[in-house]
Amino acid sequence: MSRMAATRDGYGQALLELAGNDKVVVLEADLGKSTKSLHFRRAHPERTISCGIGEQNMLLVAAGMASSGYIPFASTFAIFTERAFEQMRNGVARPNLAVHVCGSHGGTHTGTDGSSAQSIEDLAIYRTLPNVTVLHPCDDVSTRLLTKQLAKTDSPSYMRTARNKTPVLYDNVDPSTIQIGKGIQLRDGADVAIIACGVLVSEALKAADELSKQGVQATVIDMHTIKPLDIELVDLVAERCGAIVTAEDHSVIGGLGGAVAEHLSASSCTPLERVGVHDRFGESGQADEMLELMELSVPHIVKAAQRAINRK
Amino acid sequence: MVRITSSISELEELARRCRIEIVKMVHRAQAGHPGGSLSEIDLMAALYSTSLRVRPNDPDWDDRDRFILSKGHASPGMYALLAETGFISHDDLHSYRVLGGICQGHVDMKWCPGVDFSAGSLGMGLSFGMGCALAARLEGSERRAFVMLGDGEIQEGSVWEAAMAATHHELGNLKVILDRNRIQNDDFCSEQMRMFDIPAKWKAFGWNVKEIDGHDMTEIVDGIKFLDESNDAPSILIAHTIKGKGVSYMENNPSFHGAAPNDEQFAIAMSELGAVQ
Repeated sequence: MSRMAATRDGYGQALLELAGNDKVVVLEADLGKSTKSLHFRRAHPERTISCGIGEQNMLLVAAGMASSGYIPFASTFAIFTERAFEQMRNGVARPNLAVHVCGSHGGTHTGTDGSSAQSIEDLAIYRTLPNVTVLHPCDDVSTRLLTKQLAKTDSPSYMRTARNKTPVLYDNVDPSTIQIGKGIQLRDGADVAIIACGVLVSEALKAADELSKQGVQATVIDMHTIKPLDIELVDLVAERCGAIVTAEDHSVIGGLGGAVAEHLSASSCTPLERVGVHDRFGESGQADEMLELMELSVPHIVKAAQRAINRK
Repeated sequence: MVRITSSISELEELARRCRIEIVKMVHRAQAGHPGGSLSEIDLMAALYSTSLRVRPNDPDWDDRDRFILSKGHASPGMYALLAETGFISHDDLHSYRVLGGICQGHVDMKWCPGVDFSAGSLGMGLSFGMGCALAARLEGSERRAFVMLGDGEIQEGSVWEAAMAATHHELGNLKVILDRNRIQNDDFCSEQMRMFDIPAKWKAFGWNVKEIDGHDMTEIVDGIKFLDESNDAPSILIAHTIKGKGVSYMENNPSFHGAAPNDEQFAIAMSELGAVQ
C-alpha cells in the first residue's frame, strides 16, 4: 500500500521550503488552515498577509506586491478564487504580474461540503487567460516540486490542489522528472493512452491494471500542467496508441479534456473520450462516492478506454 | 522628484495646460473620457508638483512613490500630466487610443512610462495600492502609494474590502484622493446609487479623512500636505470637484463623462481654456 497524502500538504510544505527567499510572501483569505499556508504563517507571520474573507482584494494586493518585486502566493478554496476572476484577468494576467494563485479543495472529490464548494470549472476558466500557467498535480511530492518551480517563473499561475488524500506516486522520484509543462508517462502501453490529472491519475493507473487483465495495454500520463499543454507528448501518444482518454475531476468542458480535444482537432483524427463531470453540479458525499456518482471512477475510465479503442 | 513648483499660480497654469491637452486628445480620438479628466487634473497637477517622489528620466526607479489612477478611464488627465512633467513627450499624446500607441484608452503599466497600474476596471486600484504599500513597508522603504479613486467607483464592493484591510494592516503609507465629481457613466451618482455620508464611511473604516474644494489650489496643496503628514493610518482626501471643470458645456454634464466634443465644441473649449490657436 503506497503512502497516502493530500496535494494541499505538498503546497504547504513547498511554501515553508521557499521561505529562505525573503521575497516570497503568502496571502490568505481566512482559509490558511485548509489550504495549508498556515505552516508558513506560523514560521513567518511578518510575510503572511491576512486579507480576511476578501478574495477580490487579496488577488490585487498580491498584484501590487508582485509589481514591487515580491513573489506572492495567494491561496483559498478553488471555488472562491473564482469570485476574483476579473481581478485575476485584468489585474494579474493582463499586466503579466507573477502572482501564484492556489485553489485548494478543487473538484467533486472535496466531498461532503457539497456542490457549493466543489469547483468543477476552475481549470477551464483560468486556462482562457493569456500568460497564466494552469497546474493540477496528483500527489504531494509533485505539488511540492511544482510549487517551488513556480517561484522562479516570471508569469502568473493557477494551481488546483485537493482536500483529500490520494496515493503518493512520486516518493523517491528524481525531482528533475517533474517539470512545469512536461507530462509524465507513468505506464507504457500501445492500445490506448489515458491522460489524467489530479486525483484521477491514481484512478487511471488502476484502470490500466483492469484493462491489462482484459489484454488491453494502456499508456498512462500524469498531465499535471493543463496550460501550456504538453502537445508533443499528446501527439506522441496519439500516434503510438491511436486512441486517447482524458480523465479529470472537472467539467468535460474546457479543462484537460477540452485542452486535449482542441489540440487533437487541429492535429489528428485520434478518437478521444473524455472522463469528467458532464455539465452538472455535485452534491454532498464522500470522495469515493462522488467519483462514482460523477462517473469518474475506475470502471468509467475503463469503459471510456474501450469506447475509444472501438472507434479506431 | 518632479517638484515643479508649489506656487499656486504656477500650479493653476500647469493644470490649465493639461486641460487643453485633455480636450485635444479626446477631440483627436473622437472618443474618451473628458469629464473625469477635467475634474481630477487640479489634484494630480498639485500632487505631482508638490509631493510625489518620482523621476521622469527613471520611471522604474524602485523607491519611487506609486501613483495609481484607479479611475483609469480618466487617462487623458494622466497622459497630459506625464507629458507636462517629462515622462513622455507631447507627441506621444497623439497616440491616445491609436493602434500601437503608448497612450492606451485606459492607463496601462505595460504600455506607458510613469504608469504604475493597468487600470480600466473600476474598484481595483485601492487593493493594488495596498499591495504596493505593504511591499514598501516589508522592504523598509519610505515610498508611499497614492491612489486616485472616482466617487462612482466606490460603489464597487471590493473597494471596501481594501478599505477594511488597509486599516487592519495599519498602512499609513497608503494615501487616497477621491474625486467627488458626483457624476458617473449613466447619470448623476444621486440617481444611480446614493452614497450618503461618504466621509463618515471612511472614518468608520478607520481612515484619516479631510475634505477640500478640489479646484481651489490653495486648499489642494493643504490637502496634499495632510496626506503627506498623516502616517499613523491610511488617509483619504475627499475632493469636491466639478465634472468637466473648465469647459462650460461639459461642467456638471453627464453627457461628457465619455464623449468627445465636435469641432465647434472643441473651438469653444480651446477659447475658454485660453489655448493659443
